[in-house]
Amino acid sequence: MTSAVSILPGAQLAVLNAAYRGAVARKRLRLALAAAAFLAALVVAAFGAEVNLRTLFTYFGNFVSYFDRILTLEDGTRVWSNPAEWFWGWRKWLWMLAETILISYVGTMIGAVLAFALNFFAAQNTSPARWLRFVIRRLLEFARTVPGIVFALIFVIAFGLGPMAGVLAIAIHSTGALGKLFSEIVENADMKPVEGVRSTGASWLSCMRFAVLPQVAAGYASYALLRFEINVREASVMGFVGAGGIGQELVVAIRKFYYSDVSAILITIIVTVFIIDIGTGWLRGRLFGGDARA
Amino acid sequence: MSQLPKPDREQLRAKYPDVFDRPAGTRLATPAMIVAAFAVFVFGLVDLDFSPAKLFAGLSQLGWITLMMIPPDPGSSLPAYLSALGETLSIALLGTTIAAVLALPVSLLAARNVIPSGWLRFPVRRAFDSIRGVDTLIWALVWINVVGLGPFAGVLAIAAADFGAFGKLFSEAIEAADKKQVEGIRASGGNALHEIRFGLMPQVLPVIAGQVLYFIESNTRSATIIGIVGAGGIGLQLAEQIRVLEWQKVSFLILMILVAVAAIDWISGKLRFAIIGQRALA
Repeated sequence: MTSAVSILPGAQLAVLNAAYRGAVARKRLRLALAAAAFLAALVVAAFGAEVNLRTLFTYFGNFVSYFDRILTLEDGTRVWSNPAEWFWGWRKWLWMLAETILISYVGTMIGAVLAFALNFFAAQNTSPARWLRFVIRRLLEFARTVPGIVFALIFVIAFGLGPMAGVLAIAIHSTGALGKLFSEIVENADMKPVEGVRSTGASWLSCMRFAVLPQVAAGYASYALLRFEINVREASVMGFVGAGGIGQELVVAIRKFYYSDVSAILITIIVTVFIIDIGTGWLRGRLFGGDARA
Repeated sequence: MSQLPKPDREQLRAKYPDVFDRPAGTRLATPAMIVAAFAVFVFGLVDLDFSPAKLFAGLSQLGWITLMMIPPDPGSSLPAYLSALGETLSIALLGTTIAAVLALPVSLLAARNVIPSGWLRFPVRRAFDSIRGVDTLIWALVWINVVGLGPFAGVLAIAAADFGAFGKLFSEAIEAADKKQVEGIRASGGNALHEIRFGLMPQVLPVIAGQVLYFIESNTRSATIIGIVGAGGIGLQLAEQIRVLEWQKVSFLILMILVAVAAIDWISGKLRFAIIGQRALA
């Protein structure tokens, strides 16, 4: 199939060409300016963060040899040649790991219940009063913007060293994060059932219970599971500030240069995180169908 | 008004057995799951030493702490705090950029449409997963061992932790790209590098830019805390003031973090829309 492409006369073409080149040049200029601004920001940041390439190059060997060292046992052999010696403390570590998982489980549970209690007040379509919604939203924002480990630091002083501080810190952070997600699900819910229930003379509470909850419960559970996954990771470092779990063992091993212990504990943590990721993914698939993987 | 005929229950029951006579197993599944979840919760409370006495003692202590936090007051250390905040922002910006620059080429190796063979893809993906499985704070501890205390360790920690996350996100963005452009380049005689440069990159770069901005934003949060283990930034100040119980300074620092994070959220939101248009990305 052939078709003729008409060629414009030279004068007309020159105008179009000039316009095209101008547009391209403008775009390039904008890109170059953005890149220059970004580079300038990087340079300023490099001074701010005391980046020292010489340090990096001098000590980069350290980084590589650090992995070499954590993969070497005290008698100089590779860790995998003697797993029994490498994982000598597995009994203790598994207990600490169980504690970590328990911390994140209890923390997620408390957080999810609190978020559940608050989210109807934070959602635009179900909140009974404007000022209440504003207050609850700011509260949730505060809870999720302050990092969990900062809460943990403060709670360790208030509640003493131990897992309680970690649980409460995770609970507060989860309340903030889940409260926002939950209220977004509620905002996407269909309001017709609510009108239906209200037309029967039901109270606000019954409207939530019989019209909104059935629509959103699956989404809630899905997000709570996802949060549990994230919280396991978070709980693994809660021990750094004395709030319980495997982090305590890890920080001791790193600070005291028990090299092979570091790699053993790290591998235990990574494998646990994998298993929990896969496990919750499977559970989500079972509960809400394959496509619900948020 | 016509009266609806009375439904014949027996007939309905015979017609829909799973509505009327659900087997006990399915009827009990949900309550059983709730009871099990609650049992684990109670076991956790007991095992983790939650006693009401301890809880109330701690709460009253917390009340005192909160009272002592008011009003937030930086004392005479405001300049030090501002420079610490600058350090935190620098750590986040540099760490994220380094991670993005390093992760882009490697993420190509993890994308199904670039590397069809699973033998190379699988180890690269697992490596990304492993790096991601280690928390930023742990990376910070490792880097402190390498380059010493200070913000530089923080930059490297953020870079390392984000490398894993970016690798996964970038490779997913690359896999989602339209392959028609790539086929067009191949049809005109381009080699594999040309396909990536002219076929893939123009499609994925805006997506990637959006993700990088989003990470700079979320890394500002992570960077505020890596100081707790000694890797520089405002977290260092925060941890110190908490240890010496200077609660007014603590509340001031927390307020500073909140304001900074809100400001970064706002700026990067604007920038993101400028780069990728009005469709919001992850």
